[in-house]
This record gives sequence, structure tokens and C-alpha cells, in this order.
Amino acid sequence: MNKIEAKNVDFYYGSFHALKHISLDIPQNEVVAFIGPSGCGKSTFLRLFNRMNDLIPGTRLTGQISIDGTDIYGRSVDVDLLRRDVGMVFQRPNPFPKSIFENVAYGLRVNGVKDRAFIAQRVEEALKGAALWDEVKDKLKESAYALSGGQQQRLCIARAMAVEPSVLLMDEPASALDPISTAKIEELICDLSGRTTVVIVTHSMQQAARVSNKTAFFYLGEMVEYGETKKIFTNPDQEATQNYITGRFG
Amino acid sequence: MKKWIDRIARWVFTVSGFTTSVVILLIIGFLFTEAAGLFRNPIVEEGYVLALNPKNPVKELSAEQIKQLFDEDITNWKEVGGPDLPVRVFRLEDLDQLYTEEQLGAEYEFAGAKIAEQVQQSPGIVAFVPDVLVQEAPGVRCLPDRTIPLKDVLLGAEWYPTATPSPIFGILPLVSGTIWVSFFAILIALPFGLAVSIYLAEIAPEKVHKLFKPVIELLGGIPSVVYGFFGLAVIVPLLQQTFGLPVGESGLAGSIVLAIMALPTIITVAEDAMRNCPRTMREASLALGATRWQTIYKVVIPFSITGITSGVVLGIGRAIGETMAVLMVTGNAAILPSSILEPLRTIPATIAAELGEAPAGGAHYQALFLLGVILFFITLFINSCVEFVSARNKFKR
Repeated sequence: MNKIEAKNVDFYYGSFHALKHISLDIPQNEVVAFIGPSGCGKSTFLRLFNRMNDLIPGTRLTGQISIDGTDIYGRSVDVDLLRRDVGMVFQRPNPFPKSIFENVAYGLRVNGVKDRAFIAQRVEEALKGAALWDEVKDKLKESAYALSGGQQQRLCIARAMAVEPSVLLMDEPASALDPISTAKIEELICDLSGRTTVVIVTHSMQQAARVSNKTAFFYLGEMVEYGETKKIFTNPDQEATQNYITGRFG
Repeated sequence: MKKWIDRIARWVFTVSGFTTSVVILLIIGFLFTEAAGLFRNPIVEEGYVLALNPKNPVKELSAEQIKQLFDEDITNWKEVGGPDLPVRVFRLEDLDQLYTEEQLGAEYEFAGAKIAEQVQQSPGIVAFVPDVLVQEAPGVRCLPDRTIPLKDVLLGAEWYPTATPSPIFGILPLVSGTIWVSFFAILIALPFGLAVSIYLAEIAPEKVHKLFKPVIELLGGIPSVVYGFFGLAVIVPLLQQTFGLPVGESGLAGSIVLAIMALPTIITVAEDAMRNCPRTMREASLALGATRWQTIYKVVIPFSITGITSGVVLGIGRAIGETMAVLMVTGNAAILPSSILEPLRTIPATIAAELGEAPAGGAHYQALFLLGVILFFITLFINSCVEFVSARNKFKR
């Protein structure tokens, strides 16, 4: 069953044609990785799934993207509700200037949850889910900036997971982190698969190979190849993919 | 060669930094010495004494009591703790009406004796006369003069710096005038300033922002006298009509003018602070399903709160120190205001208005310096409050 379906997506920043005729289906509760050199459009494509690109003036989209069968660019779509259901983790850890607890509780609070006991429970679950609970349980009231970069990024994952989204978008979530923190985050992604649909953009092919079920290779705004991760990394159909994964360019 | 340039540069920077600091410290020191001089002045004007009949047991009089005596607001000695005796006020000029020129002598050489005569004759007299005339005179008791007490200045509710025989330097009306005007100015400027800065930073399209920002910055460069003129021509009559006031010049007029003047500062600084909030932080909030408004007040404002506060403090600083515009629209009545719609007077306006008429080195002059010191402390206090608040903001990066 497909969670996300994109059909003939073209996307423009002003006159720049950033994404060209992309069609791709993302199956439910699997991890899909987008790989490709910088500027190939993979992040742009990812940000279409929660309409983050709406914030950038002068952009234009044609084609159709649907989640659970609903066109997310349709007129009756409530963007705030969409974003609540499609969580996102960014390239750099970006905790809010609040306490650790309030960072995780934020999503619940802005979505109108008032029940304190429930919030506390969800915060604990989310922090445990992000393998951060043991490290922060005694300092939940402290500033999120007191945490290390890797901890901050796991906090951001906990923050995104606290509202229980059915899709989690990750835009190079480990690119600013050291190898140990990266390993922890990859472990988290593996934990999530089977429960949540995860779409991850990454520069690291090893990472894509380790965490994903399916991989899409982007190049110059086009999706060159999309398939089972194993196949992409062992026996790709396209020569460009072969060249990229073997490190001949990119 | 390189070494020499390096050495000279270091020397130049050290010397200029050092001189500047020393000069600033000297200025502050000068301010403080001049201000402290006020408390070495006697209550009664220098060179004069208050002479009483020896039978009058009154030991001392405060500046305020002296003023009331000479204004004939106090007509009986029992009001100042003396016997039940009507007060007779006597000034040097009164001599000419009581005695002929011959009696006083061509060079006033008999004036002392005549004053003594008057003092001896009426037990309820209080005579304000030069001390040289009565020092030696028999049967005259000169009221021992005290220096101006600190308490009467800091807690005094009346400001009559030119009253004779004893000027009154109660700074309370001026301090409260300053605080009232500034407080209401901030009360008006804060909501508008925040609203405009939020609009410019978060909501306005790029085109509007590009047009508005320079215009607002331009407003900050308009001389204050122009704002004062505008206040006098527009706001004062408007207030007079709206509230049915006898005079439109009031604290509120000052507050409104100051609020308009503080707005550009508050807007530019707060807007810059909000623009500095990283885009990813906004996106993180929106990505969690927060609305734009929730993002603004739960993420952007907390993130930029330090910048917003400093904008507000700069605004307050401008309001407290502002002179000309306030001088023009507040009506300049040095009385304790009981409502913001009454005329009042601020510290800077007082200094500007009175320094010209105060003789250099005199008590009045020193009192104005004291006002400067008070202003200095008020600003210092506000700045330290902000330091304290922003140091306590533990969620700062």
C-alpha cells in the first residue's frame, strides 16, 4: 500500500526548473532514502510532502502529490493539519529557545492538547523513542541548548515524534553530527520503520544503504532511478546511478 | 618597519582609549562634585540671616516653613511650634517705609540699629536681612542657619528654586514627572512598536518591507524640536478638545510625542532581532502544525526577546533623556502630578529651561546638576534591570 504518491511533479523556483517530471510512490511504513549530489532537488522534493516550500515566495508546482489518497495541494487541505501528520527533522538541530520538556511538548500544545498528564506521558514516550530519555530525564527543565549537537538532533526527532505523525521527513538529519551520534540516529530510523513511513534525504550512501528499504537517485532535478535499496546499490539499471554510487562523480 | 607600525598603532589605540575613558570619568566626577555642593548651601540665601526677637523660642525653621512665613501662608508662630503670636514679616525694603533717609544714614550706616529696634519692638517679627547688619546688634537673635538637608531635597514635594529668602529644591515633582511621562510613553509605544515590528519581520511582503523600513529609520532622524512642534500644533489642541481640558499641554501630550519618537528605535531594533531568528526554527515550528501566529509568539518572540528588550530600553532611554519635545508640550508645571492629563515637568526639561537663569556656582545651579545626577541614576537603574533580566534568560543561545 502506498502512503505517498507523486505524479508528474514539476517544481519551479521562479524561472528555475528545480524538479522535472517526477513520479514516485512511497510505501507505507517503510524507509525510503533520496540520494544524489548537492543541488539535485532531493531536499526540494522532500519539502513538498509537508508543503514547506509554500514558505518560499515565487515557487510553483504542477502535478499531483497525495498522501493517503488525498491531494495535499488541494483547495480544502488544512496545511497545519497536514504538517501535524507529516513530521520533519532538519539538517541542523534546531531546538526552540525553551526547556527540553517544552521543546517536545510544543507540538502537542500548539495542536491544542491541554491535558498535562497526557503531555507528560507523551513527552516521556517520545524521548524514550528517541533514545534520549535516560540522558535528560533529570534535567527536563533545562534549556535545550545545554545539550550536545547529537542530543539536540535526537531531541528534534523526539519533538517531531511527540505528535505521532504518520510520515517522518528527514532532511540530512545526521550531516552535522559525529559518527557516534549518527549511529544512534540511524538506529532510531530502523526502529521507526514498520511503524512510520520515513523519507530520508542523505549525502551518505552508506547511510542510505544501512537504513532504507527503497532508494531514489536524483540528478539535476530528475529522478534517475528508484527501486529496492539492495538493487540500487548492487545492480542499478542506469549508468549514472552506477557512476554515482561508485563515487565516479558527485 | 612592520614592527614599528604595529607599535605605533598599539600606542595610538591605548592612548585614545585611555584619554576617552578618563575624560568620561572626569565629566561624571564633575557632575557629582557640583551636585554635592548643593548640600553645603545654607537654607537661607547666602549672606542673609533670619532675625527673631529673643523672646521668640522658635529654634529652627525648614525651607518650606520659611517660604510659607514669607508668603504669609503661616500667620501665627504656633503653626511652627512657637508661642501663640502673630507673625510679622520684615524685609530690608521695609526699612525705607519706616524711616527717612537721614535716619538710616547716607550709607545705611544706621540700618543695623534700626533693624534691631524693629526686632526688639515686635516679638512676632521675622526679619530677612543681610547678616553684616545685625551680627553685632544687641537684642536680636539670628536663627542659626543649617545647610540644605538631603531629605528635603530627595523627598521634597515642592520645587521653587528662585523663592526668597529660601529656595526650595524638592525634586519629587520632577522625578515623578519624568517617570509618569516615560511610563505612559512606553505604554503607548510598546504595543504599537511590537505590532509594527512583527508585521515588518513576519507578515509584510518583501516589497512593503523594503519601502517601510527606510521610512521608519528616517523618522528616527527627525530632530526632536520638530516632533515638539508637531505635538504643540496637533496633539495639544486635540487633547484639549477630547478631554475638555483647560490647557492641552499635559503629561499625556508629552507621552504621546515621546511614544512617537521612541517608535522608530523600538521598531528597527525589535524587527532586526526577529529577523535574526533562524528560518529553520520557524520551519520547525510550522512543521509541527503550528499556525503562523503560534510560531510568532511561541518561537520567534522568545528567541528574539533579548533584542526586543534592548529596543524597548533604548526607546525608554530616549524617552527619559528627551528634552526639547517634552519641554514644548508638557506645560512645565513643577508640581506633583495627580493625573497624566495635568501639566507636569520632567528632569531634562527643567535643566534646559532653568540653567540659563541660574547663576553659576549658586545653589540653584548646583541643584540642576543634582537633577543631572538623578537622571544618570535612573538610566543606570533601567540599564542594570535589563542586564539582569537578559542574564537570567537561561534559554538564550
